[in-house]
Amino acid sequence: MTALRITPLFAFGSRRSLHMIERNLLVYRHGWLMLLSGFFEPLFYLLSIGFGLGKLVGDVNGPGGQLISYTLFVAPALLAASSMNGAISESTFNFFFKLNYDKTFASILTTPMSPADIALGELGWALMRGALYTVGFIAVMFVLGLVRSPLIFLTLPGALLIGFAFAAVGMAATSFMRSWQDFDLIQLVILPMFLFSGTFFPLDAMPDAVRLLIQLTPLYHGVELLRELSLGVVGPDILVHVGYLAAMGLLGFTVVAGRLDKLLLK
Amino acid sequence: MTAAAMTRPTQASPWATAGRVFEHRARQYRRLYRASLFGSFGIPALFLTAMGFGLGTYVDRTPDTVLAGVSYVQFLAPGLLAASLMQTASFEATYPILGGLQWNRIFHAMAATPLEGRDVALGNIAWITLRLTLVGTIFAAVIVAFGATRSWLIVFAVPVAVLTGLAFATPIMAFTATQRTPDKFAQIFRFGLTPLFLFSGTFFPIESLPTFLQPVAWLSPLWHGVAVVRALMLGTIGDQPLLAAVHILVLLAITFGGALLAIRTIRERLKRG
Amino acid sequence: MSEQRVAGTAPLIQARGLTKRFGTFTAVDAVDFDVQPGEAFGFLGPNGAGKTSTMRMIGCTSPISDGTLLVLGMDPRTEGAKIRGRLGVVPQQDTLDNELTVRENLIIYGRYFGFSRPECARRADELLEFVQLTDRGKDLVEPLSGGMKRRLTIARSLINEPDLMLLDEPTTGLDPQARHLVWDRLYRLKQRGVTLVLTTHYMDEAEQLCDRLVVMDKAKIVAEGSPRQLIERYSTREVAEFRFPAGVQETLDGQFEGLGSRIEKLPDRVLAYADDGEAVVIAARERGLHPETVLVRRSTLEDVFLRLTGRSLIE
Repeated sequence: MTALRITPLFAFGSRRSLHMIERNLLVYRHGWLMLLSGFFEPLFYLLSIGFGLGKLVGDVNGPGGQLISYTLFVAPALLAASSMNGAISESTFNFFFKLNYDKTFASILTTPMSPADIALGELGWALMRGALYTVGFIAVMFVLGLVRSPLIFLTLPGALLIGFAFAAVGMAATSFMRSWQDFDLIQLVILPMFLFSGTFFPLDAMPDAVRLLIQLTPLYHGVELLRELSLGVVGPDILVHVGYLAAMGLLGFTVVAGRLDKLLLK
Repeated sequence: MTAAAMTRPTQASPWATAGRVFEHRARQYRRLYRASLFGSFGIPALFLTAMGFGLGTYVDRTPDTVLAGVSYVQFLAPGLLAASLMQTASFEATYPILGGLQWNRIFHAMAATPLEGRDVALGNIAWITLRLTLVGTIFAAVIVAFGATRSWLIVFAVPVAVLTGLAFATPIMAFTATQRTPDKFAQIFRFGLTPLFLFSGTFFPIESLPTFLQPVAWLSPLWHGVAVVRALMLGTIGDQPLLAAVHILVLLAITFGGALLAIRTIRERLKRG
Repeated sequence: MSEQRVAGTAPLIQARGLTKRFGTFTAVDAVDFDVQPGEAFGFLGPNGAGKTSTMRMIGCTSPISDGTLLVLGMDPRTEGAKIRGRLGVVPQQDTLDNELTVRENLIIYGRYFGFSRPECARRADELLEFVQLTDRGKDLVEPLSGGMKRRLTIARSLINEPDLMLLDEPTTGLDPQARHLVWDRLYRLKQRGVTLVLTTHYMDEAEQLCDRLVVMDKAKIVAEGSPRQLIERYSTREVAEFRFPAGVQETLDGQFEGLGSRIEKLPDRVLAYADDGEAVVIAARERGLHPETVLVRRSTLEDVFLRLTGRSLIE
């Protein structure tokens, strides 16, 4: 590990990063509705796509090949996709705005807080929100009778891992962005992943080459991870999913750590 | 400065004055159109491929009664067309309008010339209409290329989808003129547009909703729009022409009501500064 | 304000050959200066002279490119966080947190320094009183006037009871009344013994607030001293200003020679420097010059700057 110079997370920032979370909590005291809205979005999707559209689809092949209802199939995927979307919007669009327009970071840097404290605090906050939404989503799955295994509780750390991986890479990408136009590129990457990662339909109907390509992308691993956990069908491939996402997150973080000082302290 | 006196333009008609605001917006857009190309071509193509064909494979192999023999991609395409214009229209009626009123204050600069609030409102609505027509036409072209329409009446589906967008744009613009920060916009999108997108018959017929929820869909302008656009693209518009007329009337009423309201709120805003 | 004042005469800031480069552009070019405890020290110069870059290096938010810099006896490169903990910074543009209320802005800023929440709340209320914003405490920042935002920024910079305050153009963009209110608060701080370092392109501000200042131009320090010393050294006691009708000034070549000790021709007027301005005016009339208006005034730092750089401060 040390040979690769991967910065350990907490050596990189300090406990001061907690003040960033405190700041965001203060902000959301004024607009708690906004905080809540992140919970409703996946819920709306679950009710619409899972139940409404589910009636038209019928049963599909789940992990391990057994037939499951479409609602059961799509619910964990929606959770994975919303973890990705939440992390990406927080770490790209919002991060860029705070970095370049809103002078919040500039004022914080005149205090003992460092760029690393800010980055770690913002990441921590994004994950805290993600955790809140995930707990809410799992509760809804309980109520709607979509729980099949006690392993469902492991979707919480699973969803956080997805959030961490995408937020770290999102921040790293944002550190290279120069203008709003560049964000089209992020859309260009995120939207196809959202639609084709086995999120809304199984990959078995796909040509082999396309399927292989999809299996190289991160959301596929996120979706599979949560789907296996929520259905309680866990095989050794789960290690691949976890390893892929963890490596992606650490790589993103290493890049951010190297670039933030340069970016914020000009 | 030349010695010769400038010829001052005479009093212009409201059409001409609103046209100047329209021209301003169009000139602004010329710098940005390249960035929105991916959005206009790419997003429809991706959605149609994934949901229409990918998911459609699974929908089409299940015996069903609600879709009545229509393939899923043909069912979905009109819904996506109308919904995408709803989203474009709502975006255009929020951030750029607030920008002109609050951030670069260009609409205030216009009000300092012979232009007034009505021109700002109507000029922007005209611009949004053109923008929606462009986005809608491109979307329709993608649909045709994917073979996802049954009828040449798709030519008329585009204006109906544009009207659907306008039914969102005008009331939202009226609301935008009362705002000083974009804070509430995200809530409109998340609590307003996202549920409408998901429950207005875009992805599945509202008959699949629980019975008590179905009347709620009638309140959604998007549902009215999707119904007519779909009837046109499936070629079933002749089955219930009266119903289609009612849908269109509802959309027209909302659009005009919203426009009147937008003229009022923008006027007031420009007075208040 | 603070007990832990640096003892003796050790300077609070010491810069030697301090340089800031952005790529090939040199914003600050090997400047030397010292700031002593308790003094009000100013950087005077036009936009782009390198004042803000210098301030940001002192504030440890911008790494130095060359030379040495000690702030509060510490090196910004290694002890940035520790130094920032004892600074109060008022940046050129207000960087208030628009998503929070006036009072919350102060409290959370105090938290960034690591003070306890009750301590921050107590300080916040004191400071709101000090900058006369107590009744706006619960309002969001956005609707405040420019002067109020400025005062709030000053209050925010005081939350950690700083040993050293850095003020970058503290009153630029404010109306005269708001400016005087800000000056009054800064003057009080100075009386309490807080060390102030400020940049400005207003000579009246420099004259009002600074015990000592350096004049910066094109990335370099071109003069140093108290406002009085600088005027004595680089200007005369009085100045006579002549304005002529449009087009006339250009026809008067050579006719000012010998009026006063120095002549400056600006696009819109002619300045004659002399210890006795009235005498110059009389001499000009005797030469048959017929200006539209005549003004005799005391020399200011504006004149010092004109002498040093050949340009006026505000262009």
